[in-house]
Amino acid sequence: MIPELGTFSTILALCLALILSVVPMVGAYTGNKLWVDYARPLAKGVFFFLTLAMALLAYSFQTDDFSVVYVAQSSNTNLPWYYKFSAIWGGHEGSLLLWVWIQAFWTLAVAIKSKNLPLDIVGRVLAVMGMITVAFLLFILFTSSPFERFLPNAPMEGADLNPLLQDFGLIVHPPALYMGYVGLSVAFSFAIAALLSGRLDAAWARWSRPWTNVAWAFLTLGIALGSWWAYYELGWGGWWFWDPVENASLMPWLVATALIHSLAVTEKRGVFKSWTVLLAISAFCLSLLGTFLVRSGVLTSVHAFATDPERGVFILGMLIFVIGGSLLLYAIRAGSVKSESSFALSSRESLLLVNNILFTVACAMVLIGTLYPLVMDALNLGKISVGPPYFNALFVPLMSLMVVFLGIAAFSRWKETPVSLLSSKLWLPGVLSVVAALATHWLYSGSIEFWVLLALLLSYWIVFTWGREYLTRLRIRKDWLANMTRQSRSYYGMLLGHLGVAVMIVGIAMVTVFVEHRDARMAPGDQLEFRGYTFIFDGARKVQGPNYVSDMARVRVLKDGQPFREMFPEKRKYTARSMVMTQVALDPGFTRDLYIAMGEELENGAWAMRLQFKPFVRWIWLGALLMTAGGLLAASDPRYRKQDKREAAERGSYA
Amino acid sequence: MRKFWVFTPFVAFLVMGVFLYKGLFMDPSKLPSALIDRPFPSFSLPSLYEPDQLMTEADFKGEVALLNVWATWCPTCKEEHEQLNKIGLREGVPIYGLNYKDDPQLARDWLQRYEDPYTKVVVDRDGRLGLDLGVYGAPETYILDSDGIIRYRHVGEVDEKVWQKLKGLMEIIAAEGEA
Repeated sequence: MIPELGTFSTILALCLALILSVVPMVGAYTGNKLWVDYARPLAKGVFFFLTLAMALLAYSFQTDDFSVVYVAQSSNTNLPWYYKFSAIWGGHEGSLLLWVWIQAFWTLAVAIKSKNLPLDIVGRVLAVMGMITVAFLLFILFTSSPFERFLPNAPMEGADLNPLLQDFGLIVHPPALYMGYVGLSVAFSFAIAALLSGRLDAAWARWSRPWTNVAWAFLTLGIALGSWWAYYELGWGGWWFWDPVENASLMPWLVATALIHSLAVTEKRGVFKSWTVLLAISAFCLSLLGTFLVRSGVLTSVHAFATDPERGVFILGMLIFVIGGSLLLYAIRAGSVKSESSFALSSRESLLLVNNILFTVACAMVLIGTLYPLVMDALNLGKISVGPPYFNALFVPLMSLMVVFLGIAAFSRWKETPVSLLSSKLWLPGVLSVVAALATHWLYSGSIEFWVLLALLLSYWIVFTWGREYLTRLRIRKDWLANMTRQSRSYYGMLLGHLGVAVMIVGIAMVTVFVEHRDARMAPGDQLEFRGYTFIFDGARKVQGPNYVSDMARVRVLKDGQPFREMFPEKRKYTARSMVMTQVALDPGFTRDLYIAMGEELENGAWAMRLQFKPFVRWIWLGALLMTAGGLLAASDPRYRKQDKREAAERGSYA
Repeated sequence: MRKFWVFTPFVAFLVMGVFLYKGLFMDPSKLPSALIDRPFPSFSLPSLYEPDQLMTEADFKGEVALLNVWATWCPTCKEEHEQLNKIGLREGVPIYGLNYKDDPQLARDWLQRYEDPYTKVVVDRDGRLGLDLGVYGAPETYILDSDGIIRYRHVGEVDEKVWQKLKGLMEIIAAEGEA
C-alpha cells in the first residue's frame, strides 16, 4: 500500500509540474497575470508531493519492505537505520528521485525568494524549472521507479547496501553534489527566461548571481566530500583519480566557476552578455550529462546502452531536447545582443575574460579526455585508458597560469587599468612570494623540489597580492575597524574563495611530492619506523559488527620514541554480499595524516600492511571548504535583495 | 557576422551528436597506423630492469614478437595483464614492454606483484617514443617481425579472442621469414 501511495504521489507531482511548465509560460506571453500567478502555488504543490514520495520511500526502507524491488536490492534487515536512510540514494532509481526532489526544492526556493522580480520573469523561470522536473519525473515513472514491487513473491531478506556506500561520506556526498548540479538549473532557467523574453540585460545576471553562487558552493562541497570519501574509504590513500565519474562532476564545476566570474562582469559592466548566457546553459547541460553518464553506467562501458536500451534512448532523447533546444534558442536570440560598454585591453574585464577562457579550455580538455575512450569503445576500436599523465600535463599548466592572472587581477579596475599601476602594486608581492616560498620550502624539507616551489610561489602570490589589496582598503579612512566592516559580504566571500585556492594548491603539491609509504609484511611484535614515527603491530583479532565480521589490527604508534596513539585498521567482510572491504585507520592532523590500511592475511598471524605518511593532505579539503564558505557568504550579500526591492518599487510607481 | 557565430555551439553539438549516434551503431573497423611495414622508430632509452643500461631499437630484433605499451596508471592494462602473463609465461611468446609515461619504481612494484610476462621492458618516461610510435593511449600492442619491422597494431585490451587473431598473424609472419 505504502509504495503505491509513493507512485501516486509521484504521478500527482508530475501532473502539477506539467501545469507549471505550461500555464505560467502562456500567461507570460499573453500578459495574463492570473495565469502567471499560478506558478508559485504549483511550485509548492510539486515540492509537497515529491517530499511525500521521498518520505514514503524512506518508510519502506526503515520497515524493511523487501517487496519493493529497490529496497530489496539496496538494503538489509541488519543495516543500521542511518544507512537504511542514506540507501535511498544508494542506487539508480532512488538517486534520481533525490535529484528531482532537490529540483523541486530549488523551484520552491525561487518561488518564495522572488517577491521583488518582475512577474513575467518569475513565471518563465518557474515554468522552465517545471519542464526539467517533468522530464525527470517521466524518466523515473517510465523507466526507473523506486516503488516497483516484487509481487506476489517478495524476498525474505535484502541484498544489502554496497559496503563501499556504508559510510558517513556517502550519506552526505550525493545530496551536496546534487544540490550543486541541480542548483545550476536556476541559473539555466534564468538564462532561458531572459532569452525567451528577449530582455537579456544586466538585471538577469544580478538575479541569478546569488543562486549561482550557492549552487557553485554546494558543487564545490560535494566534489570535496567525494574526494575525502575516496581518500579514506577506497584504501589507496589517493584523493583524485581522474576517474570518469569524478571528471563528470569536475566539468560542470569548471564551467560554473567561469560562470560566477562572468556573471560579475555582466552585472557590473553589461558586457559578455551572450557569453555568460552560454556559460549558464553549458554548466547545467554538463550537470545533466554528468548525472546521466554516471548513473547510466555508460562511462564504464558503452554497452550499458545496449543492456538497457529503454533508459539509454530516453536519456539520449532528453539530452538532445534540453541541450539542443537551449542552444538553438541561444542561436536565435543571442545574435541581437549588444554590449552596454567598452573596455581597454588592460582592465578587469580582460582579466576575467582570461579566467573564462582558461576555465573553458580546462573543461574542454577534461571532456575530451573523458569521452575519447568512450568514443573509441563505441567505434569498436578497442578499450583504452587516457590516464592521469594526460590530465596532469594539461591541467597543471592551465591552473598555474590562472593563478598568475588571479594575482594580477587583485589590483585591476573596471574599464581601464594603467599597466604602470599594476606593476607598481605587483612587484612587492612578487618579490615577497619568491622569498617566502624559498624560505618555507627550505625550512620544511631542507631541499628544493620544483613542483613544491612552484606551488608555494603561486599560493604566496595569491595571499600577498590580495592581502595587499585588502590592506589598501583598510587604509581608506582612519578608523580601520569601520573600514573592515564597510566591505561587503561579496567582497569577503571572494577573498575567502581565493584564499581557498591558495590553501588547496599547498595541499596538492605537498602531498603529491612528500608522501611516503611503506608496504611491509608485519608479524605481531614487528616494528616499522619512518618520518619520526614508530609503528608497532600488536596483531589482529576477530570483531563482530552489525552486518560484517572483521579482522581488526592494533597498531601502536610512537612519536620520537614516546607513546603517541593506537590505531585500529580493519579488514571487514560484509556477510550479505560476502564482500571484503578495507577500513583504513587514520590519524588526521593539520600538517600530516598517518594512514594505515590492511592488505592480505599472511601465515602465522602476520599481515601485509600499507603505512602512509601524507603531509598537508587535509589542506586540499580545507581549501574546498574555504571556497564553499566564500560562495555562501557572497550569496548572502544583502545588496541583491535591496536592489531588487528598489526596482520593484520603481516598477510599482510606474504601473 | 555575429548572427553567424551564435550558431556555432548548436552546430557543434549537432555534429558531435551525429558522430556519437553513428558511432554507437558503426561496424568494427581497424585503426590504421602510419608505421605499418616500417621499421620501429629509433630510440635510446633505459631498461626497466637495469636503469643504467640503455636499450635501442636493435633490442627488438631477432624474432617475431609482441610489443605491449603499458602503464601502472592504466586500468585497462591491469585487466589485460593476466592474458599477457598467459601469452608470455605459459605460451612462451616473447613480449617486449614499453612502459609509457610511468614511474619506473611503480612499474617494477607492479611486475613483482602481478608477475612479469615481458622479456625486455624499455622505459619511456616522458612519452617521446610513444609519440614517435603514434600511441593513442594505453594499452596498445604491436607485432614486430624478426627484422624489427612493425607488422600489425592493436589498440586496446588484448583478450583471448584478440590473442588468437594475433597468434595466427604471428605464425604467418614467422613462416614468411623462414621462406
